[in-house]
Amino acid sequence: MKDDGSRSRGWSVPAWGVNCALVVLVAGMWPLDWVLVEQMDEYYLRVLILVGLNVILATSLNLINGITGQFSLGHAGFMAIGAYATGSLMKYFSPTGAGAEAALLALLIVGGLVAAVAGLLVGIPTLRLRGDYLAIATLGFGEIIYTLIVTTDRIGPFEIGSSSGLHAIPIRTSFFWAYAGAIVCVASIWRLSYSAKGLAFRAVREDEIAAAAMGIDTTYYKVLAFVIGAFFAGVAGGLYATYDGNLAPESFRFTKSIELVVMVVLGGSGSITGVVVAAAVLTYLPEQLRFFAEWRMVIYSLALILMMLLRPEGLLGGRELLRWRRVAAATTVGGDAVQSGR
Amino acid sequence: MALLEISNLTVQFGGLRALSGFDFELDEGQLHGLIGPNGAGKTTAFNVATGVYQPTMGDVRLAGESVVGARPFEINRLGIARTFQNTRLFSGLTVLENVLVGFNQSVTHGFWGTILRTPHHQREDRMHEHEAMRLLERFGLANRSEELAQNLPYGDQRRLEIARALATRPRILLLDEPAAGMNPQEKIALMDLIRFIRDEFSIGIWLIEHDMKLVMAICERITVLDHGETIAVGTAAEVQADPKVIEAYLGEPVG
Amino acid sequence: MDYLTQQLINGLSIGATYALIALGYTMVYGVLRLINFAHGEVYMMGAVVAYWIAIGIAPWGWPVWGALAVIFGGAMGACAVLGFAIEFFAYRPLRNKPRLVVLITAIGVSLLLQNLAQTRYVFGPTPEAFPAVIEAKTVVRWTMGGPDNVVTVSNLDLLSLGLSLGLMGVLAWVVLRTRQGLALRAVSYRFDTSSLMGINTNRTISFTFMLGSALAAVAGVVDAIRYDVRPLMGLMPGLKAFVAAVLGGIGSIPGAFVGGLVIGLIETLVKGYLSSAYSDAVAFVVLIVILLVRPSGILGRYEAEKL
Repeated sequence: MKDDGSRSRGWSVPAWGVNCALVVLVAGMWPLDWVLVEQMDEYYLRVLILVGLNVILATSLNLINGITGQFSLGHAGFMAIGAYATGSLMKYFSPTGAGAEAALLALLIVGGLVAAVAGLLVGIPTLRLRGDYLAIATLGFGEIIYTLIVTTDRIGPFEIGSSSGLHAIPIRTSFFWAYAGAIVCVASIWRLSYSAKGLAFRAVREDEIAAAAMGIDTTYYKVLAFVIGAFFAGVAGGLYATYDGNLAPESFRFTKSIELVVMVVLGGSGSITGVVVAAAVLTYLPEQLRFFAEWRMVIYSLALILMMLLRPEGLLGGRELLRWRRVAAATTVGGDAVQSGR
Repeated sequence: MALLEISNLTVQFGGLRALSGFDFELDEGQLHGLIGPNGAGKTTAFNVATGVYQPTMGDVRLAGESVVGARPFEINRLGIARTFQNTRLFSGLTVLENVLVGFNQSVTHGFWGTILRTPHHQREDRMHEHEAMRLLERFGLANRSEELAQNLPYGDQRRLEIARALATRPRILLLDEPAAGMNPQEKIALMDLIRFIRDEFSIGIWLIEHDMKLVMAICERITVLDHGETIAVGTAAEVQADPKVIEAYLGEPVG
Repeated sequence: MDYLTQQLINGLSIGATYALIALGYTMVYGVLRLINFAHGEVYMMGAVVAYWIAIGIAPWGWPVWGALAVIFGGAMGACAVLGFAIEFFAYRPLRNKPRLVVLITAIGVSLLLQNLAQTRYVFGPTPEAFPAVIEAKTVVRWTMGGPDNVVTVSNLDLLSLGLSLGLMGVLAWVVLRTRQGLALRAVSYRFDTSSLMGINTNRTISFTFMLGSALAAVAGVVDAIRYDVRPLMGLMPGLKAFVAAVLGGIGSIPGAFVGGLVIGLIETLVKGYLSSAYSDAVAFVVLIVILLVRPSGILGRYEAEKL
């Protein structure tokens, strides 16, 4: 991904080369999957796959919160929609045989699209809100989605399972699918936010009024950020549904959303690589602290507070690894959505 | 018919009439100053012309078409760009990126082109970058293109904001106190720059400025506002001699 | 009719605790423009402290009113200290930082208190019934028409409503009649200039947090007696009270009170006539509608952004 950083440096890797490399990277996950299943402890493989899913979730939230400067506290809601859409369809069709992998891909995309529609519905009304009000409104949307799930037993022929959850979903997702999804998600959001067109997202974050004065349809970009972010969250949800096989509505409440926000914030809002690292570390660490169960979340929340007090710009402070050109963090700038009113 | 025509513009905020019966015309290649004491309604006029405020009465027409009711980004695309009284740069973006945002609306490749990084997309990105660098060179900012806008000295920030506005390829440029906070040398350089922009880009420039020397020196015509009313319009000499203008400035000699 | 009356009474009783919590949100928002996310956890800590006091004084067999006074007083005092500490350690160092940084810190404080309460040194993860200090009993009983149409008011309903009305009166007196209240109003009107007018802004902010936290503690104790004590009990009432504050017009003290009662009523009506499953979500529907239709709330004033 060095092609972006070197734009004005006089040399560059051609795009087709990077595209080929990405395809090879995704394909390489396939044999790696085999090796890991053979060699790795089942518990750690599970943690590794959850890392992949959280990378997708945190990166897609980073597009909304870090790069576009909005503040969503309802990301788990989009994940829930994708999880239930893919999971329920998967259970209904339970594809097997030769077409099973293709069917999984199709259902993951369907789950993402359903979540994207929800993102559109959430994005449009929340446009009039900023900062903390937006945070609360999106939190409310997440809780409304939760309520809808626990009060719905089925939609037509498709089972939702209301408050007892959706169980016995055919398990199809493996390491390969989780990491193929993560690579596609991170690469897409990277390219979106560091391209000429995607600069508009960051312009909206920095100063909406100035962005509009520069001919940028700020409404369009804010909604687009919600739609794309929700799409990938939905895909991650679908991956989770077809990996675990069981969905409990409780696990998509705003505790999950806050967990994702913490990943974005600690990674450094706006820094894609920083958030990827934070998602990985914050998924792995709590697992390691299991023996410490009682104090685990206490430490976690203390770390969050201390981070805000000592280094509010996050781990990477908006910079990117693998990219020498600086990008500022959303929290260090004077965008009107983030700046203190007084 | 002038390129920008404002007629009988009235803006009312609650009981306060910020602007009343304001008429204004500006053509390509013209440099028109707008002066007046604080609170006279100068920035209000800019905000209405760029769609930030809606007028209570009156009309703003660009090339004969009314732009009242259009949203700020639409007005920019129609050809009116502006700077802000307290610079509003994208302070966390680099100097180059600030200008590139201005090219955003001329990007023709779409969403998929961006994600797949098609050759068309790459060519276009490179072309815009090249143009942006050329623009920065003219403003003497090329060597700082990789710096964050917030780290620039104040004068450079003001100039960057003008460069960014020009990147949207406007026909009319509104400058809101571009010399504020500049030292005398910078002001002289700014005067040259503004004239250069008018000639090189052949656009109409509408300028709000408190520095009388600067306004008098570069503007062909000057409008003087006081309490939302136009009290004088004319050349620098005419305006300076106008008794109402002198009174508005509390008897201080203008210029 | 009797069913509706009963729902209205229940709604006011629940709404009264929302109102008490909402007052803290609205006052803090007034002075700092901060959504104090940890406020629901202060309410929870009030319940926890009351729980320990009640257990501690149980062997002495005090009369009900004495025991209640000690429990409420102790919880209010402890939460006032907690509110002071939260502001002093977590928010004060961030006074000039972007609002989102403070908001995320507030989320952190909220998580911290929740998880501290889940350790066995503070409370433990499982819900506990409140020690039997006061027995719930029906004090008013109207028979409307027949033996099946009964409307009841319990002593806890009266306690809840009585306390919130009484405290609202005390708060009105503090805000409108005392020097500290005047300072509070001044700071929420103009933060920057009030310090130039000789107001000790830091002290006023501390005072606001302590006042709000003490009120939340009262709500926490009422709900602890009414339901039970659990480390996550602050979550939903906290969020609903915030909705109440927004509904009433955030920053407006009477607005928060009215908003709390309205949310309580809406919630019980939804529970009574639709389904209890919707009772949590309805507050958020109200929130989103309010934010879109009238962001300044019922009694609030709108602040436009200056260009």
